[in-house]
Amino acid sequence: MVKGVQFRNHRIVGDIVDLAQRYCAEGADELVFYDITASPDGRTVDRAWVDRVAAVIDIPFCVAGGIRSIADAEEVLHKGADKISINSPALEHPPLIDELAKRFGSQCVVLGVDSHEQDGSYHVYQYTGDPDKTTAAERSTIDWIREAQDRGIGEIVLNCMNQDGVREGYDTDQLRLVRDNSQVPLIASGGAGAMRHFLDVFARADVDGALAASVFHSAEINISTLKSYLADHAVHVRQ
Amino acid sequence: MATPVVAIIDSGGANIASLLYAFERLGTKAILTTDAAIIRGAGRVILPGVGAAKDAMTRLREHRLIDVIRDLTQPVLGICLGMQLLADASEEEDVECLGIIPGTARQLESATTCPVPNMGWCPISISADHALLDGLADGAYFYFLHSYALPVSDHTVATASHAEPFAAIISRRNFLAAQFHPERSSHAGSLLLQNFLRSAA
Repeated sequence: MVKGVQFRNHRIVGDIVDLAQRYCAEGADELVFYDITASPDGRTVDRAWVDRVAAVIDIPFCVAGGIRSIADAEEVLHKGADKISINSPALEHPPLIDELAKRFGSQCVVLGVDSHEQDGSYHVYQYTGDPDKTTAAERSTIDWIREAQDRGIGEIVLNCMNQDGVREGYDTDQLRLVRDNSQVPLIASGGAGAMRHFLDVFARADVDGALAASVFHSAEINISTLKSYLADHAVHVRQ
Repeated sequence: MATPVVAIIDSGGANIASLLYAFERLGTKAILTTDAAIIRGAGRVILPGVGAAKDAMTRLREHRLIDVIRDLTQPVLGICLGMQLLADASEEEDVECLGIIPGTARQLESATTCPVPNMGWCPISISADHALLDGLADGAYFYFLHSYALPVSDHTVATASHAEPFAAIISRRNFLAAQFHPERSSHAGSLLLQNFLRSAA
């Protein structure tokens, strides 16, 4: 499954709505809307965007960014999101996961993890939306994803920071390790630069989806073409 | 002919907006409501549901909608948890449901290749001809987001498979239900909703 597209919040709303429609038409399987600076700035996602995007797309829609309470999540879901993704606020206060899963069901709650390799082991980072505020959360990635699953997370998006923006392929070793420690769907993020990178991550890390942003935004890779390519290489995709 | 009005029963799930938007895109007026008179008078009724079966049943009971739903004669479409609510019961917290379609919703089997919840696009396998599936091919993909499902039975119109096969679409009299989310299933989902709007009472 080609999991979709990561929006960054510096685009104006009209652009976002147009892009969302373009990705739907190209055959994206899901849109993930990230307001990456929401947590470091101490604010929540701009909800007008959520509304406008939800109204025009007919594929699953996940919203991430600064969701730190049941009330925040409820508002975003009411505006038309199907899932919410939490990252820094869950690290600050892990019981938030339990509360969200109990209220909305695990299938609604996605854990975003920013993970960085250091001396052969993997660690979680937070507030990654702002380089000045990014900090190591002093947790091992594997410990964190296990705890989050025990608390009721329904899906994990693992963003491998070493690879993010480098476009040299997904971190298949790390994703494989997380795959082997997950009982919930795992989505790969960070590093996509070419169509074969998608094929590699499905084949080597057995992920449930692959997420990319810049290669789709720039139209370097067309989603429909990518899915045909994956299907030709025996990856099951919706076409 | 007047545009058919769709009543969406407010079963308490938080993310109903995507369903309202889906009908808006189809040019059909849909209302989210717990009003028995509006539900009885609507041309089509949707029973959605997100969250826990017990909470949804409690809410339907509080609004005195249990018998209202059982007595509906117009086309009714249960979606996701709404499908499970139409069944006899759900294993989730052992809840008695509406008892309109025989069967008990069971938790999906988990397997290494099939994590639960099932969150993703799955192809359906059509097991019986039905107007709801007009124009849809065997193997069409729909978007699923669930931990429980009804077992395959005589009322199953289409199946899907996770670790094991389960009912993807069921039908009994005027009651239809889909385990997936047609409102988030791209063209296939849109086609299914249009078929539902066209279906005879």
